[in-house]
Amino acid sequence: MFETLSEKLQATLSDVRGHGTLTEADISAAMREIRLALLEADVNFQVVKSFTAAVRERALGADVIGQLNPGQQVVKIVNDELTALMGGEAQDLHFASRPPTVILMAGLQGSGKTTATAKLARYLREQHGSSVAVAACDVYRPAAVQQLIQVGQRAGAEVYEQGTEKSPVQIAAWARDRAQADGKDVLIVDTSGRLHVDEELMRELAEIRKAIRPDAVLLVVDAMTGQDAVQVADQFSQTVALDGVIVTKLDGDARGGAALSVKAVTGKPIMFASTGEKLDQFERFYPERMAQRILGMGDVLSLIEKASEAFDEQQARELERKFRRQEFDLDDFLEQMRQIRRMGPLQNLLSMIPGMGKELRGAKIDEREFDRIQAIILSMTPQERRHPELIKGSRRLRIARGSGTNVQAVKALIKQFEQMRKLMKVMASGKTPDLQALMRAAR
Amino acid sequence: MARDWADLVIVDAARSMLAPEPAAAAEATRRRRGMFTRLRENLRKTRQALGAEIQATLSGELDAESWERLEEALIYADVGARTTAQVVAELEREAAAGGLVGAEALSARLVELLAAIARTGDDRIDLRAKPTVILMAGVNGTGKTTTAGKLAHHLSREFGLRVVLAAADTFRAAAVEQLEVWAQRSGAQFVRGPDGTDPGSVAYDGVSAALDSGADVLIIDTAGRLHTQEDLMGELAKVRRVVAKQIPDAPHETLLTVDATTGQNGLRQAQIFAQAIEVSGLVLTKLDGTAKGGIALAIASDLGIPVKLIGIGERLDDLRPFDAEDFARALVQ
Repeated sequence: MFETLSEKLQATLSDVRGHGTLTEADISAAMREIRLALLEADVNFQVVKSFTAAVRERALGADVIGQLNPGQQVVKIVNDELTALMGGEAQDLHFASRPPTVILMAGLQGSGKTTATAKLARYLREQHGSSVAVAACDVYRPAAVQQLIQVGQRAGAEVYEQGTEKSPVQIAAWARDRAQADGKDVLIVDTSGRLHVDEELMRELAEIRKAIRPDAVLLVVDAMTGQDAVQVADQFSQTVALDGVIVTKLDGDARGGAALSVKAVTGKPIMFASTGEKLDQFERFYPERMAQRILGMGDVLSLIEKASEAFDEQQARELERKFRRQEFDLDDFLEQMRQIRRMGPLQNLLSMIPGMGKELRGAKIDEREFDRIQAIILSMTPQERRHPELIKGSRRLRIARGSGTNVQAVKALIKQFEQMRKLMKVMASGKTPDLQALMRAAR
Repeated sequence: MARDWADLVIVDAARSMLAPEPAAAAEATRRRRGMFTRLRENLRKTRQALGAEIQATLSGELDAESWERLEEALIYADVGARTTAQVVAELEREAAAGGLVGAEALSARLVELLAAIARTGDDRIDLRAKPTVILMAGVNGTGKTTTAGKLAHHLSREFGLRVVLAAADTFRAAAVEQLEVWAQRSGAQFVRGPDGTDPGSVAYDGVSAALDSGADVLIIDTAGRLHTQEDLMGELAKVRRVVAKQIPDAPHETLLTVDATTGQNGLRQAQIFAQAIEVSGLVLTKLDGTAKGGIALAIASDLGIPVKLIGIGERLDDLRPFDAEDFARALVQ
């Protein structure tokens, strides 16, 4: 997401970086580029206007002109303003003091409410250990109830549904009572998609709100939305008083300027980002990281958080001990590889590392390579996994056959593993390894 | 002249007898007007009416700021920076040359310029092949299934065509059931596979069913997918190949649904889908909101893909043939 905007801003600002000091003409040129980039990213043009005005004002101020590195200052200003515009700190849901916490989902048709409902249910169950129920109140779109039944169950939530005969207001109220009776921690109410200008359906949404008194009303917004996002957000905000926003389809290449617009118009935080079709591709939205990402500083914090979720702390300590004692064997290697893969597709992970964005845009990571490595290791005996140096001639041939690969592949894997062990040895001894020498050796 | 279904689709002579004849022409015109009024009403439901903005801009003295405001108005309609710059530059050039005087002449010319961009390629749907295979594709949530269902309804009602609907969206939960409801409503024959089947095999069964029953049209609904998901785009290309193997010229029509609220990413969508499956036309959906669907102009301008149908509401009748001039006029008036 945002790749091209990031590139554009970087290109503009690298020009600024090239000068010793900033002139007003420099700033004007940079602002024009930023304006165009933001418009192409679908940020609403009025939001763009106020954004560039704010950046210009600060850039023209004394804290830039005459400073040693004005380019860096402009990057910082754009970053600060972008972060401020997107809402500063990450914001979490507020839970009701007495359960159930009731969450009402709203949005246009096709924005991804039903999927987001299931993802949020799964997220709250996993992250907060909540018992979650979801209520199927989309009685209009054909088969919407069936869809929620299926994805809700997959998410481990209980699905409250009454078919499509009753009114959404009745179903919502019934679901609230039932969630209370069942002692659920959270009830998420899925509603049908509606246009913000459809008075009848907007009135219905307001009635649902009145009937269930939700603790949070979340607007679901498609990251690909254009200029109209401001009107949609404004209208929903006026009808049902939003508490937060979920941005969906952020896994595409949309630059997601709508997210900025929606924040600017409603003043409500973007709480979650939906980044794929799988139920676990859903995370908290971090405005400051997103701003850094736009500027090409990478999303290291998100990566770290993902890693800490996937890795068991106990296991990590055990692994560290092995590193130090150099007992790290192929079994550990296999386990580590599995944990990394649990964090999601490698392509996604790499895109979060600073400096990787541009280089890896076109690169394809062959996930099947991991399957091959796994097959090779699993074809070894426990003893061979602990002592790979045993693997010679006939053992090598047996492993190659067993894993459906060839002798060269087995050889290459063992060589790589030995290199890795060497690296660990150096690191464990406290010295900084000569990475380039190691890379050369690895090739 | 607004277009009707009879203007959009090409059917063989026997079928065209079923199409509205002069007797029904008055009724058709009335319906058409109703549609146009509704479209315009819907497009007008915006607080900062684009039209007022443009009128105000063009009726004053024309300076750099007027052109900039006109640009902003078009950008606000999601027309995109490049197409906007192109249109405004041309209008500015003609105004400077002295050919256009007054707000009325200027806005009329603006409509012409926008309509000329929207009018591109072959914008009709040829249904003379038997069966004609129509493949539906698009990003998640853009309205593929709904469009497939409504299209089936129109083709059978307006032209008496026998339609088969094939549910090749085997991925999204309950998508098959959703299309089945549409099949019942429109009286179309329905083809499905077990959950999680390969979409190619459903398409194959769809073609076989259409051939066996001598149906006129087969509409294949596919799962929504982001254009960035290469494996899923490959899957879609495979569906196309499967169909082409059974009927050499098929699919005869490949329609991409684009949500009118989509911003500039719509261009990328159209570009990548077109590379994968040779898109022959767009369906611009959800025009009944406040979004103006200007992205369709950018797509027409950059890629030469015409809009063939528009969706202006949730009712069965709210799927309509696209008319470039109506669209352009509704955009700026």
